[in-house]
Amino acid sequence: MTAAEEDRQVEPVAGPASRQPVLSVRDLRTRFRTPDGAVHAVNGIGFDLHEGELLGVVGESGSGKSVTMLSLLKLLPMPPAEIVSGQALLDGEDLLALDPARLRHVRGAKVGFIFQDPMASLNPVLSVGYQLTEPLRTHLGLSRRAARRRAAALLEGVGIPAADSRLGDFPHQFSGGMRQRVMIAMALACDPKVLIADEPTTALDATIQAQILDLLQRLRRERGMAIVWITHDLGVVAGLADRVMVMYGGQAVERADVRSLYARPQHPYTRSLLRALPKIEGGSRGERLASIPGQPPTLVRAPDACPFAPRCAHAFARCHAENPALAAVTESHEVACWYDAEAGVPRAA
Amino acid sequence: MTHYIVRRLLFAVPTLIAISFILFALLDLAPNDPTGQLPLTIPAEAREQIRESLGLGQPFHIRYARWMEQFFVNEPLNLIEQAFGIEIGDSESRLRVRSWATRSPVVDLIIERLPQTLWVVGLSYLIGILIAVPIGIVSAYRQYSWFDQLGTFVSMIGFSVPTFFTGLLAIIVFSVALQWLPSIYDTTHRVTDLASFWLQIKQMAMPVMVLALFNAAQISRFMRAAVLDNLTQDYVRTARAKGLRERVVLFIHVLRNSLIPVVTLIALGIPTVFGGAIITEKIFRVNGIGELLITAIQGADIPLVQTLSFLFAVLIVLFNLIADVLYGVLDPRIRYG
Ligand SMILES: Nc1ncnc2c1ncn2[C@@H]1O[C@H](COP(=O)(O)OP(=O)(O)OP(=O)(O)O)[C@@H](O)[C@H]1O
Ligand SMILES: [Mg+2]
Repeated sequence: MTAAEEDRQVEPVAGPASRQPVLSVRDLRTRFRTPDGAVHAVNGIGFDLHEGELLGVVGESGSGKSVTMLSLLKLLPMPPAEIVSGQALLDGEDLLALDPARLRHVRGAKVGFIFQDPMASLNPVLSVGYQLTEPLRTHLGLSRRAARRRAAALLEGVGIPAADSRLGDFPHQFSGGMRQRVMIAMALACDPKVLIADEPTTALDATIQAQILDLLQRLRRERGMAIVWITHDLGVVAGLADRVMVMYGGQAVERADVRSLYARPQHPYTRSLLRALPKIEGGSRGERLASIPGQPPTLVRAPDACPFAPRCAHAFARCHAENPALAAVTESHEVACWYDAEAGVPRAA
Repeated sequence: MTHYIVRRLLFAVPTLIAISFILFALLDLAPNDPTGQLPLTIPAEAREQIRESLGLGQPFHIRYARWMEQFFVNEPLNLIEQAFGIEIGDSESRLRVRSWATRSPVVDLIIERLPQTLWVVGLSYLIGILIAVPIGIVSAYRQYSWFDQLGTFVSMIGFSVPTFFTGLLAIIVFSVALQWLPSIYDTTHRVTDLASFWLQIKQMAMPVMVLALFNAAQISRFMRAAVLDNLTQDYVRTARAKGLRERVVLFIHVLRNSLIPVVTLIALGIPTVFGGAIITEKIFRVNGIGELLITAIQGADIPLVQTLSFLFAVLIVLFNLIADVLYGVLDPRIRYG
């Protein structure tokens, strides 16, 4: 690890000071070994997640959002994926150091996952009831009958009418929105402390999207779990998140309280994302963040310079030579940038 | 579902009639002479009489109609009579499809040969499946491991080296050099005690294994591909994210999906079991259906060739239907309206 990389390990800004984070991730690095060379997908990501908090993770396609979260539970295909370094403390246990058997007790029990495409994410040949009872029987040791009752209650809880009679149905017999509700019920089956939602509404149309957002908000209030919400959509994040992490090229470029982020965006990348957001309410919300000129980084090398520099309007010599670490701007706002966008001058070294 | 099956069966009738017509016409066009194998000393008039007695003097459509009657009415009636020991109508005067070569009813010949084929070829198919499915699963799950590489190598040999080569090789090694196994399959052998049972196993070992290797090679590749295809699906990640054991992920989630195309493939392959394995049967002298067919073709025994080919067509149509139905049973997304 170079000195510059070590510099990046700044402690995240604490949330409300007294609380211990539920999940605390440090210096996560994941890469893929491909025939064309390594892909450095995640380069030193760290974040804290507190009880009941919703952390929004935004960034354009390929910025490493999914790989970061999948790395935590080793849900990536290994090989080619390889977790090079990092720590992910949940209840004082480092998830990345757990043996496979212990890790299984975390997956689905303490950490729930919701994925983007609810059709592909459910097994097409097993009934919804069976798939729902699996985590209940595995982690809670419920009997078949008790698990079924619980599964019906879970489906009821995510707003599926006549839940009892639908346990025997197969995923294809549900609509897209209903399938995502089933996924949510499955992820919440064992009352996890942390829910990771990887673009849970991207595959759904706008009205359904709103319903799913409402549902998750309600469940979050009821259960007080912490949520990591991955999305392309800064509009969704604004209405939902407590804190936001902006990712670019496999690293966090800005991390802030949601109000602070929208009021005083620091990083040129965040600023262009916000500018690209449709101004008029009711405009196409789910629009991809594609309107920034230039190409996303290739990730073939571990970054030794700011990954955004080639596309940055403010980049100067230092940006091409050194990778900036996250540094606090205010108590609840950090940015990794050599340029002070508010003042319009390079930051003091 | 019942609706669907009945409809498919009804559709099968015209298909099979068309096939029978084409078969009959093709074989009729082929140069054939039931007296061709007779000694040259037999005079031409006698030959003509023989042809007349076989009904060959009649025009094509009459002969076809008579074959239809014999095959679809007389033979089934005969089978029913034999099965239940009853007599329906005048069974003496009922004409049966008869072999030109042996003059015995074709159906009797087939029934006589079927057990050998079913034992040898059927068992090899079964063993092939039992070997192939686990190998396919492990190969896919441990893709590019030494096991997978070895499996790939052996299957490549399995289906690129023809059975006449592996068969002869097996005979040279196990019969000639090691003298462990008999090289000729004795059909008259009866299992009465442990010793004769052991002999039966020994004489079946080579033909069964040679064919099993061939079947296993194909099915294991197919199984491997199906499992690989499913292992990268999103639902596998979901299953792991739920904290399920790898065993459960593989044998319940992945296997349940991967078996759908494999079961279909296996069902579609069953007619070839009944069809026998001509080359293997020839090499090991198993006088099964394959042997019967090739002898009939060589001797231009048209009724026998006709009947065997047609029965084969019936089986193919039937197992196509069975494969489709199985697909619907295994895959809840398929609904037959
Ligand atoms: N199996 C893999 N092999 C090689 N590279 C991979 C693999 N999976 C992901 N990557 C690479 O890792 C990088 C990060 O991907 P990731 O899926 O985390 O992006 P993302 O931010 O979630 O994007 P999206 O918004 O499109 O979901 C990408 O450059 C991608 O090409
Ligand atoms: Mg993603």
